[in-house]
Formats: sequence, C-alpha cells, structure tokens
Amino acid sequence: MFDVQAVKADFPILATTVHGGQKLVYLDSGATSQKPRQVLDAERDYYEQSNAAVHRGAHALAEAATSAFEHARARIAQFVGAQAPDLIFTKNATEGLNLSAYAFSNATAIAQWDEAIVDPRFVLKPGDSVVVTEMEHHSNLVPWQELCRKTGATLRWIPLTEDGRLDLSHLSSIIDETTRVVSVVHQSNILGTINPVREIMDQAHAVGAIGVVDACQSIPHMPVNVDALGADLLAWSGHKMLGPTGIGCLWGTPDVLSSMPPVLSGGSMIELVQMESSTYAPPPQRFEAGTPVVAQAVALSAAVDYLQALGMREVQSHEQALTEYALKGLNDLDGVRVIGPDTIVDRGSAISFVVDSLHPHDVGQVLDSRGVAVRVGHHCAWPTCRRFGVPSTTRMSPYIYNDESDIDAALEGIVAAQKYFGVK
Amino acid sequence: MELDSLYQEIILDHYKHPRGKGLLELPQGSAHHVNPTCGDEITVQVSTNAEGGLEIGYEGQGCSISQASASVLTELLTGSSVDQSQTVREAFIELMHAQGQGEPDEDVLGDAVAFAGVAKFPARVKCALLAWMALQDAEIKAGMLSKGDGS
Ligand SMILES: Cc1ncc(COP(=O)(O)O)c(C=O)c1O
Repeated sequence: MFDVQAVKADFPILATTVHGGQKLVYLDSGATSQKPRQVLDAERDYYEQSNAAVHRGAHALAEAATSAFEHARARIAQFVGAQAPDLIFTKNATEGLNLSAYAFSNATAIAQWDEAIVDPRFVLKPGDSVVVTEMEHHSNLVPWQELCRKTGATLRWIPLTEDGRLDLSHLSSIIDETTRVVSVVHQSNILGTINPVREIMDQAHAVGAIGVVDACQSIPHMPVNVDALGADLLAWSGHKMLGPTGIGCLWGTPDVLSSMPPVLSGGSMIELVQMESSTYAPPPQRFEAGTPVVAQAVALSAAVDYLQALGMREVQSHEQALTEYALKGLNDLDGVRVIGPDTIVDRGSAISFVVDSLHPHDVGQVLDSRGVAVRVGHHCAWPTCRRFGVPSTTRMSPYIYNDESDIDAALEGIVAAQKYFGVK
Repeated sequence: MELDSLYQEIILDHYKHPRGKGLLELPQGSAHHVNPTCGDEITVQVSTNAEGGLEIGYEGQGCSISQASASVLTELLTGSSVDQSQTVREAFIELMHAQGQGEPDEDVLGDAVAFAGVAKFPARVKCALLAWMALQDAEIKAGMLSKGDGS
C-alpha cells in the first residue's frame, strides 16, 4: 500500500511554509522534484566519508570515491534495465540531447576531411531529414534545429491531434528513407501524453535512422526499460526524479555509443595523448571529459533506491489516481479547459489547463498567494502552445508526495482566482 | 501575501478596459517584444504629430500586469514629447527596480504609480516593463532616439 503521508514526511521542504505561514502545496514536480532526506544524506555522507578525485590517484579515499561513483552508475543503469558502461553522466537531459545532436554535426564536420574515420550513420547532408514531434520540449527541438542549420538537413515533425496525441497516420511518409535521426519525447511535459515510442523507434530503424528518446518525464514516473523502448539513445535528468541538480543521464546502445565522436574533450576522456593527436577512451569515459559529477551520482543512486523501494508500478498508479481526480475536478469547473488528453489512458501527471478570460500568470499568482506552487508559461514547449492556440498554460504536476488534498487546494485556488478577477 | 498590493484597482481597471489599444495607421517605428519566460507578446508603435507629440498604438496578449501597463503607458504618454517619454520611462524603470521601497512621483508617473507594488514580485517586474521597453525600441526604430539614449 502506497503511504503518501509517510512519503511526505521524508521531504523536509514539504513541511515549510511560504508567504508568512501558508502551508506549501508543491505541484510543480514536472519542473523539478523535491528531495527526500535519504538523498540529501547520501550526498552529505559521500562528502564526509569518501570524497576524492575519481579514476586517478592511488590512495584509500580515491578508491572509495571511484567505487562509490561506479556503483552509482551500475545502480542507476540497472533501474532502467541497462548495463553500466552504456550509461553516461551528463549535466542534465538538455546536455544529453545536445551530446546526441553534436555527435551528428561533429561526425559531419570530420567527414569533410576524412570520411574513413567516421561512422556514415552520423554524417548528414542536404536532402537528409531529422524528425521530431510537435510536442517537444525546447531541449529536444532546438539542438536538432541547430544540427539542420549546420548540415543543410531538413527538420520534419510528427503533428498532433486535437486531444493532444501524436498523429501517426502519416508516419511512414514523415520518417522515410531520407531520415537519419528521429528524436521524440516519451512523456510530454506540457500535455502529459505518453507516446508510443516503440512504434516510432521501429519505423526509424526500418529506414536505417538512429532513434533518440527524451525520457525526462517518463523515468521519474513509470517503469522504463531501455530494451522495451527500442531507442538507440535515451536522455533524462536526475533532478526530476528526487535526485540533485547538476546530473543527468544519457544511455546508448554499445553499437551507437562506440560510433559517436566525443563532444567535450580534454582530461579523463583520453586513451593516449601525444602532441600531434590523441585517442579516446571507450564509452562512457569518452563522453565524460573533466572531473565528473561524483557526489550527484551517489545522490541520484540514493534517489533510485528510494523510488525502487516504493515500486515504479505503485508510483505510476498513485499518479494515475491523482491525475484522474485532477482531470475530473478541472472538468467540473466552469470556464476551465484541459490542454492535453482528457483521460488517464497513456497519460502522465503533467496537467495543463487554461482558465477563460484569465491569464496563466494571474492564475499562478493567486495560487501562489495561497501557498500552491504551479508552473505557468509555455513550459519550454512554445510550438505546442501555438498548436493549441494558447500563449501559455497553467500546469500542475503532482508526484509521489502529493495527495487529493493538494489537488483540492489547486482547484479551490482556481475558483478563488476567477472570483478575484471577477470572471465568474 | 498581499495580492491587493500587486493588483491595484487601477491596474485591474486598465486590464479590463484597456485604453488606446490598437495599431497606428502610419507608424514611424514599431517594436515587437516578447517575454520568453511566459510567452507574453506586445507590439508597440509610435509616430509624432505636427506638434511633435507622440501617437502610440499597441496590440498584445499577456497577463493583467503586462496589458494594464501597456494601457497606462499609452494613456500617459500620448501627446507628450519624446524627451518627456524618456523621463517618465526612466522613472518607471527606477520604480520597478526599487523592490517595493520606491516613492513614486505621481506628477511624473500618473496612474503608473499603481505599479509600485509590482516591484515586490520579482517574477512580475518583466511583465510590467514589457510595453515600456518596446516603446523605447519603437522610438529608436523611428529615429526619435538613438541607441545610446536607452535607459
Ligand atoms: C520533456 C523534457 N525534456 C527535457 C527537459 C530538460 O531538462 P533539463 O532542464 O533538466 O535539462 C525537460 C525539463 O523541463 C522536460 O520536461
């Protein structure tokens, strides 16, 4: 049985008040999650007991630090059904997605001088296409726009249906033999939609394209297995899954990772360095130049322990129940419209809505004055907002530590905003 | 938290009944500004009449603060000289950066004094400034101000 009150008690910040005594109702986990004491303790323990530079030095602490770091990698990899050497630590999902896009532009640049040393799958030219969807976070859109700008390839996107799902009716003409890379979001951070990633990856592979998945909003909220998704590359952030800021992950198949040129270069990613040129370490080190994110990895591994103890299926059903409750509550309010799927089928807990005659900033302000934290704006998915004809939305994104009373607080706040601005 | 200190009556009134909204027929300068964090947009246009007084037009979509601010600005500065608009803008920017401690001069700022409370809400300062910065840009584009005159 999922005990929300016990979970809540593990998060010190949830006991704080805001604006002079208002109880905090945190409904902005889609932006970043709060951290349980167990994660904070793990990071402190690492610094108090094991801190040293990893992968170098021959002293006791260096060994303890290296061991803690590599154990964390193995633990996090196991959480998504992956092997440790296939998991690269990044700064966040944005960096992982850029690392993927840069593999193509770097390979394309190198191929100008020496075609023999790059994998042709990563070399782009005018006439090639790159495919995303119309519900991407800017972090999975702009890097691909940049790649197209540098190589002359064309960006295409899978459009959306009115109820906020991917319109796959023309998939085989969007992903065709010109397509070299397909990058799609697993769960939308603005619409909440969970996409049929496997089907899209299969289509990508059928035409010989590399498949990338932005799993930023799925890995924190549901069981995810890299083999089942069928992607070649998968990026996500630690801070949305109870982990600290400053760490993200990029998983890749050994075949694809070993074919990708590095992005950042320098210390820690080399095999042999001479004045004229250098050779590079195999993945994951090849993609982790410089001193890596050690304490963050240890803390993220504790976050994974915490989530796995709850059980990702239980996490998902808890969120589904809350989402169903919130959708019903929103639909029962006059003048409120949900942007995104209206049912919990293939849907996560990011719930966007608009209130007639009220701007999201003003809705958010009234909610904030009552201690309720939601996100307002375009949620870094501006084209998605345009698709639905709204400049921005208000979004609540409940997580493991939220219960129905938190949703009620948001619903009451919406009504209060309507009253305050006299639109009801 | 005092919502009323943010949403003054005057602000809500301008929001619900915007003054002078609409674009000019023959603008001499026009600027489109967005607030990239929330997607609010505004287009502000200017021209000068025979006496050198400003004509201002605007169109936009956004929150109560950004839209009311555009309305207040238009009402306040229509007919004033470019120099006057510059003085008022500087006073308004100063007020927005005063963290709620500013003592606005009503003779200079008129209805815009109602925005004093906005300065206590850092996330909303950008909303209040949006139209003012767009006006400055439109004046520069119209050749009424040079870039270096920007405040
Ligand atoms: C779907 C999605 N992709 C990418 C990102 C970017 O994550 P980060 O800012 O941690 O790099 C986010 C975070 O907002 C997201 O929700």
